[in-house]
Amino acid sequence: MRALLALTILCAAPVLADSSLPPARWANEQLPDPAQEARAKALMEELRCLVCQGQSIADSNAELAGDMRALVRQRIAAGESPEQVRAWLIERYGEWVSYRPPVEPLTWPLWAAPLLLLLGGAWLLRKRLVRRRG
Amino acid sequence: MNRLTRFLPLLVLLAFVGAVAWRLSSPADEKIQSKMIGRTVPTFALAPAVPGKPGLSSKELASGAPRMVNVFASWCVPCIAEAPLLAELKAKGVAIDAIAVRDRPADVARFLVERGDPFVRIGADPESRAQLALGSSGVPETFIIDGKGIIRYQHMGPVEPGDVPALIEQWEAAR
Repeated sequence: MRALLALTILCAAPVLADSSLPPARWANEQLPDPAQEARAKALMEELRCLVCQGQSIADSNAELAGDMRALVRQRIAAGESPEQVRAWLIERYGEWVSYRPPVEPLTWPLWAAPLLLLLGGAWLLRKRLVRRRG
Repeated sequence: MNRLTRFLPLLVLLAFVGAVAWRLSSPADEKIQSKMIGRTVPTFALAPAVPGKPGLSSKELASGAPRMVNVFASWCVPCIAEAPLLAELKAKGVAIDAIAVRDRPADVARFLVERGDPFVRIGADPESRAQLALGSSGVPETFIIDGKGIIRYQHMGPVEPGDVPALIEQWEAAR
């Protein structure tokens, strides 16, 4: 019984963790200028939702993600470039918040890994092909 | 040599399964600390969240004395749990302001009546703008800001009894 109660509370918690306010205006409404909206949308797909963490803010239904979409749209509409908005968020949450890692010494292995794996694969394949021919 | 290479794929698989099992059993810390610690409070001016209590602006957070800023909401369950501890901090002389995230005045007022009101000022943040500007990623969170308006400390999640000494210590250090 106690376990059941604990389970019920666990299941109920996410429901309670929502506010009673409707989403911010620009959370789900597109900008009137299609070019600005396209830029905002592209950026939203590369920003990480702070509370769900596995989703972009474009994909997430979390309220904070909605507020982040509103923030992106408002700043783009005010004339900021997507990279300025991204930089503003990185200043607050670190590189973690962006799905596009910068190219810097720390991330070189990340960018080099696909190339190295491809080269390694080619090398393995070459060995096998040579053996078959022999 | 040949025997070793034969078992190499199995060893790689075992290492992979081991790594996955280890991370599944002890997940990484998912708290994303604000990068604003050590920096000046971003500029904001929030309207009062409840009638009869002043709102909160960043100017008031550089008043010469340290202040604690609690990011909370009436719809936030852990905020109920930390309410008595905020009262305790207030009783110990800590000046606490608050930011009410995505909230309605009536709901905030009811929350304060039911759970206690240790706050000097409460700013309304209906679209989480101030919260995002602070680098906060959820409710509740508690910031300590020194007299010059520089963010000195961030506590993520509800304040628990064990956290009180650390918060007092940080508050004293910010003086």
